[in-house]
Amino acid sequence: MTATALRPPGAGARPEDDVAPVQRMRRIPRWALAVAVVVGWVVVWYFTKGTDTLTLGGRENTDTHDTLTSFRDWVLASRDTNPIVQLTTSIAEVFRSSVDWLQRMLSTANLPRPVPEVGWLGVTAVAAWVGLAIAGWRIALLVTASFLSFGILGFWQDSIDLLIVTFLAVLAAVVIGMPLAIWIATSARANSVVSVVLDLMQTMPTFVYLIPVVLFFGIGASGAVVATLIYALPPLVRIAGHGIRSVSPTTIEATDSAGQSRMQRLRKVQLPMARATIIVGLNQTIMAALSMATIASFVDGPGLGQPVLDGLKINDVGRAFVPGLLIVVIAVMLDRTTTAASERAENVARRGGHQHERRRKLLLAGTGLLALVLVYVSRVSLWAAEFPESELGTSLASVADSASTWVTDNLSSYTNPFRNEFTVLVLNGSDDRPGLQSLLAESPWYVTGAAIAVLALVVGGLRALLPTLVCLAGIYFLDLWHDAMITLTMTLVGTVLVMLLALVFGVWMARSRRTDLVVRPLLDAGQTIPPFVYLIPVLALFGPSRFTAIVAGIVYAAPAAIKLVADGVKGVPATTIEASRSTGATRWQEITKVQLPMARSSLVLATNQGLLYVLAMAVIGGLVGAGALGYDVVLGFSRSEEWGKGMAAGASIVLLGVMLDRITRAAAADRSAPREPSRTSRMRWGGI
Amino acid sequence: MTTIPRTGRSTAPQGATAGAEQPPAPGSGDAALSVRNLWKVFGPKADKVVGTPDADLSRQELKSKTGCVIGVRDVSFDVAPGEVFVVMGLSGSGKSTLVRCLTRLIEPTAGTVVLDGEDVTAASEAKLRELRRTHVSMVFQHFGLLPHRQVLDNVAYGLEVRGMSKKERRAKATEILDLVGLDGYETSYPDQLSGGMQQRVGLARALASDPTMLLFDEPFSALDPLIRRDMQNEVIRLHHELGKTMVFITHDLQEALKLGDRILIMRDGEIVQVGTPDQVVGAPADDYVRDFTSDVPRSHVLTLKWVMRDPRPGDSSEGPVMSSDTVVFKAARAALASAHPVRVVDGGELVGIVDDEAILRVVVAEETTEGSKP
Repeated sequence: MTATALRPPGAGARPEDDVAPVQRMRRIPRWALAVAVVVGWVVVWYFTKGTDTLTLGGRENTDTHDTLTSFRDWVLASRDTNPIVQLTTSIAEVFRSSVDWLQRMLSTANLPRPVPEVGWLGVTAVAAWVGLAIAGWRIALLVTASFLSFGILGFWQDSIDLLIVTFLAVLAAVVIGMPLAIWIATSARANSVVSVVLDLMQTMPTFVYLIPVVLFFGIGASGAVVATLIYALPPLVRIAGHGIRSVSPTTIEATDSAGQSRMQRLRKVQLPMARATIIVGLNQTIMAALSMATIASFVDGPGLGQPVLDGLKINDVGRAFVPGLLIVVIAVMLDRTTTAASERAENVARRGGHQHERRRKLLLAGTGLLALVLVYVSRVSLWAAEFPESELGTSLASVADSASTWVTDNLSSYTNPFRNEFTVLVLNGSDDRPGLQSLLAESPWYVTGAAIAVLALVVGGLRALLPTLVCLAGIYFLDLWHDAMITLTMTLVGTVLVMLLALVFGVWMARSRRTDLVVRPLLDAGQTIPPFVYLIPVLALFGPSRFTAIVAGIVYAAPAAIKLVADGVKGVPATTIEASRSTGATRWQEITKVQLPMARSSLVLATNQGLLYVLAMAVIGGLVGAGALGYDVVLGFSRSEEWGKGMAAGASIVLLGVMLDRITRAAAADRSAPREPSRTSRMRWGGI
Repeated sequence: MTTIPRTGRSTAPQGATAGAEQPPAPGSGDAALSVRNLWKVFGPKADKVVGTPDADLSRQELKSKTGCVIGVRDVSFDVAPGEVFVVMGLSGSGKSTLVRCLTRLIEPTAGTVVLDGEDVTAASEAKLRELRRTHVSMVFQHFGLLPHRQVLDNVAYGLEVRGMSKKERRAKATEILDLVGLDGYETSYPDQLSGGMQQRVGLARALASDPTMLLFDEPFSALDPLIRRDMQNEVIRLHHELGKTMVFITHDLQEALKLGDRILIMRDGEIVQVGTPDQVVGAPADDYVRDFTSDVPRSHVLTLKWVMRDPRPGDSSEGPVMSSDTVVFKAARAALASAHPVRVVDGGELVGIVDDEAILRVVVAEETTEGSKP
C-alpha cells in the first residue's frame, strides 16, 4: 500500500493508461453475462422442466432425515450419561426454575395462594418507579399505561411472562456479553475470532436456532430463554465492544501517563466514556430479545407469542390481533425507555449530573416507598392482586375480527386478483414462459445448481463461487432441494421488491429533508416491532399464501434497507454534488451518475440485509401457507417423527443465508475495496 | 538566505554540541533526565533492526527493505534540573514519538532513559506506574480530558489513581486550579470550556501530582494565536514560580525560542542540533536549520557576544558598558544613541567591542529578509 503511495505520481499512472482501455474493451459487462446465463437457463428449462426436481412430498422423509431423527433420540437417551447434555440440562434447569420463580412471584398463582406473590398493582408500581429512576417521569407514565393495558386487554399473565423471558435472557446476555465486549475491544485477535462467530449468529434466521436449542435445553421456558439469549447477544457484544474501542486514544494516553493501572483505565475511563454507546447496545439487545422471545412460543416458550401463534395457526386474525397489539406496546415501551435512558446517560456524561441531585434522590426515595406500599397492598387485597375482568380485550378482538372479515369479503375482490396475477406472473409462470419459481424449482437440480453457481461467479467472482458450491452441495445432501429452491425464490422476489422500495424512498429521503423527517420515525417504529407481528395484518389482507409471506418479508425488510440507502446517498459529499451541478447535470443524471454510484457500498449492504431479512420472514411465513422450508421447520416442532426433516430444513435455511450473504459480500468487495462503513452499519442493524 | 554577522565569530561558541553554559556535560550524574542511544522502530521485527547495518539506511530505504519505519534514531541528550528543554521539528520528525518514549507510552526499541536517577527503560510495570504517578506528568495537544468528569475531578485524576482520599485530592486540585487561573470552574465539565481553558485544565492535571518533570506534547498547537501566547506566558510564569524541569515539544520555532533554555532540533528521527536559542539562530548546524531559522527576528535572539569584535588597543573607552548576553535588540537604542562603540564587559573584564555597524548589520539584515518575503 505504502509502496505505491511512495511511487511518484507519474510512474504510478503509466501502466494503467496502457492496460485499462484494452481491458475495458474486452470485458463484457456483468449484467450482460448474467442475462446470457438466465436466457440459457430458460432454454434448458423449456426442454427439461419437471425432471429431476428432487421434489419431496409433505410428509415424506429420506434416510438423511431419519438419521437426524435418530441422532435426536440418541441425545435424548444419553441424557444421564453424556456430560455435554448433562451440562446443558443443568443450565436449562437454572433458567427453568428462575422463570418459574419469577412467574410465581409476578404472574401466576403461587399455590396455595390463589394469586401471585405480587399483584398487578405492585408490579406496575415497581415498573413505573424503575422507569422514573432510569429515564424520567414521562417514561414512568408510558410504563404505567403499558402495564395497565396488559391487564385491561386481558393478557396480564402472558405479557408479564414475555417480559420475564426477555428480562432473564437480557440479564444473561449482559453477564456473558460485557466481558466479551471488553475482550474484543482490547484485543485485536479476540475481535477477529469473535466477529466470525457473531457474523454466523446474525446470518442465521431466528427460527433456525430453535430446533437444536430445544434438543439440548428442552422445550418451554428454558429453551425460550436460551434461544433468546443466543439471538440477543451479538448486538451488545458488537456495539459495546465498538464503543469501548472508540474511546479517544488521546484520553487513554493522557490518563495512562497519570500512572493508572489497567483496571483503573477500564473502570474510570473506558467504561464511563463508552456508557452511552453501551446503552445503545443494550437497547438493541433488548429489542432483539423481545422479538426472539415471541418467536420462542413455537417451542412452548411462555408469553404473548402463544396467543398470537394460536391465532395464526388457524388463520384467526381477530384472535391474534390483541396479543399482537400488546407485543407492539411492549416493544415501544422498552425501546422508548432504553432510548431515553441512553439520552439521559449522554446528558449526564456531557453536561454533568442532575442539577438538583438532592431533590432527585428525595423524589426517588419517596416514590420508591410509595411503590413498596402498593406492592404490600397488592399482596393483601384481591382487587390489587388480580386484574379486574374487562370486556375491552374481547370486544377489540371482535372488532379486529369483523374488520378482517370485512376486508376478506370486500377487498378480496381487489387483493385476490392482485395476489393471483402476481403469483402467476412472477412465481409460477405458464407452460411456455417460466416464472422465477418454476425456473428455480422445476428445472432439474443440476441445471439450477449450475446456473446459480455461474451467476455467483459472474456477480461475485471466485470469492463467491466457492462458498456457493459448498452451500449448494450441503442443500443437496440435506434432501430438501425443491423446498429450498421455493424458499430461495420467495427470498429473491421479496428482496428485489425491497430494493425497489429502498431505492425510491432512500433517494427521496436523502434528497428531501422533509420526507426524511416524516418517513424516518415510521421506519424506526417499524424496526422495533417483532417480525411475528407483521404477519397478522398481511394475513388479514391476503389470506394464507406464499404471496402473504413475501409481502410480510418486504414489510419487515424495507425499513432497514431504506434507511441504509438513504444514509448512503446522504453520505455523498456535498462538494461532489456541487461539482456535478456546476457541470450542468440534470437531477436524473445527478442521481444515477453521482449519488447512486458513490453510495454503492450502502446499496450492496442494503441488498445483503434485505436478503437475510426476507429469508427470515419467508421461513416464519411457513406458518401462513408459504410452505417450503418454513413449513418443514414448523412440522419438525410439532411432530416428533418429523424432527429430522425439520432440522434438515433449518440447516438448509442457514446454508441459503450463508450463500446469499457470501455472494453479496463478494460482489461488494469485488469492484471496490471493502470499506469500513459497511461493518459499522451492519453492526447497527445486526440486532433486528 | 541571509548572511550571518561575522563579527566576533571566533569567540562565539559552536552550536552543535550541548552544554554551552548552564546545562551540565552529558552523562553527568545530576541530570533530571538523561537519554542515551534511544531508538524507536515501528514495524514487524523492529527489534531486529537496531545494531545491524540496516540501521544506517535512510528512512525510505529501510521501509522498502524491511517494512519498518524509524521513529527515533539514536537520540541522546541530557536535561538539567529546572531547565526548559524544547524539542523542535516538523511533523513526522519523530518528536512526539520521542517524548512518548520517555515515559514508555510508546515502548522504545533500544536505548536507555534515566529519569531522576531511575532507569525508566528497565522499570517493571508497577515501578513505571509509580514513576508516572509521582515523577513526571504530561500535557497533550488534544487535552485528553475525561468528558464525564467535572474539571475538579479531571485535575484530581492522577491523585485518584494513586489512591488519595477524595477530600484530600479535591482540596489539592482546588489549589492547583487557583494556580492556573481556573478558580470558579471546578464544577464545570470540559465540554463547557473553551480550548484554552481546557488546556489549562490539562496543565492543572499535570501539576496536581506535583511531579519533578513536566512533558508537553505540542500543547498549544490546537489553540488560536492569542490564546497560544497567553498560554506560553502562563508556562513561563509557572516555570518561574515552581521551577519544574520541562520537556516541551513544538513545531513552532517562535515558541521554541521563547520558552527554551535549550532547543533540540529533529529531522527524520535524528538530532540535527542541540543548543541555546542564540546558538541555533547564530550558528545553525546545517542548511536545514539555517532555512528553518531564516525568518527569525535575529535582533531579538542574538546577544552581543555574537556581534562583538575583539577589543583593540585604540578603542574608545567612553561607550556604554553591557554584558555579553544582552540581546542585540535591547542594546540597539543605547548603542546607536552613543557616539562611542559599546564595550562588552563580563565579570569586570572587557571581552569585546560592538560598533554601530555591527548592530545595524543584524537589524538591517533582518529587515531585508522580511522585506523579501511575499
